Amino acid sequence: MKTYNNKAWWLVLPVFVLVAFSAIIPMMTVVNYSVQDIFDPSTRYFVGTEWYREILADPRLHDSLVRQFIYSFCVLAIEVPLGIIVALSMPRRGLGVPVSLILLSLPLLVPWNVVGTIWQIIGREDIGLYGWILNSLGLDYNYASNPRDAWITVLVMDVWHWTSLVALLCYSGLRSIPDVYYQAARIDRASHWAVFRFIQLPKLKNVLLIAVMLRFMDSFMIYTEPFVLTGGGPGTATTFLSQTLTQMALGQFDLGRASAFSLIYFLIILLVTWVFYTAMTHNDNKE
Amino acid sequence: MGWMAWTLPTTLFFAGIAALLVAMTVWQTVSPGRERKGFLPLTTSRGDRLFIGLLASAYGHLLVLALTDWPLWIATAICVAAMAIIMKWG
Repeated sequence: MKTYNNKAWWLVLPVFVLVAFSAIIPMMTVVNYSVQDIFDPSTRYFVGTEWYREILADPRLHDSLVRQFIYSFCVLAIEVPLGIIVALSMPRRGLGVPVSLILLSLPLLVPWNVVGTIWQIIGREDIGLYGWILNSLGLDYNYASNPRDAWITVLVMDVWHWTSLVALLCYSGLRSIPDVYYQAARIDRASHWAVFRFIQLPKLKNVLLIAVMLRFMDSFMIYTEPFVLTGGGPGTATTFLSQTLTQMALGQFDLGRASAFSLIYFLIILLVTWVFYTAMTHNDNKE
Repeated sequence: MGWMAWTLPTTLFFAGIAALLVAMTVWQTVSPGRERKGFLPLTTSRGDRLFIGLLASAYGHLLVLALTDWPLWIATAICVAAMAIIMKWG
């Protein structure tokens, strides 16, 4: 049987201390808050699971949860295929490689609040390119008053911001496929589709899982961009989970309810991420 | 520690989790376990099964809170039984 030197575990200690202060201790505090009604640090009352019962029956939470899942699903359904297409059409050698890599990286460098502001201006029907073009085509587009337009704009904004990440990940995956696979495919006179289906896609599987996991977590926690662009409106059309949570915690200073809410939110993300992680490592084990 | 707003039930809860982790570490050191396949559709180690059990317990409690008027100890009893089954045959 193989023996392991367990002394190496001490090397994990600094990370453990860091994570304890940045995540574990705050998380324990949130658990403590979630079972109390807190008015100020010295005035707090134990309420047991009351906040959880209330939150689980709260239609506001149900609505933003449904919106959040639809949003994350749309983001994945658009960005993953689009990212693959972009990666497949990128040049493999020559000057085009650095140029396309830099161009694709640019949206990723823009801070979230700036992305929101950019799209707030681009979407305007009077001075914004996107809004003006749509209105010139005869479409009655106004993201500030029409929920459908607000949704489309928030989605287009996310696609603009994050498709590059999926494309860059896929491109790195494609570059790691040895040339012999393509040579074998040429000898067999495989079609473009067959090359994609039986060589590129299987080799991209692990990279795609990482891309899907990253994009799911990010889109499920999205806050700044829709907040800056639409403020969650019109009405509550683009109010996602994190914004509902912030309104509860900071707007109403309802710390107990907000803590119960954030723990449920955390559990959803934990479950989905664990499923992705297990799928990934399960794949590796098989190989 | 006052800022963390501790209560007796949450202290007991975290002490329980910490005791579980310590017990699992000691168990693994004294008699190392191996990954195996049980009724769960994946190969798991003891730690994996503990994590799956804890996550399932959290969701179990939330489901009971959301859908029933049962007292919470019923949910806890069901989850402890489920945890034992997952650890033994999972």
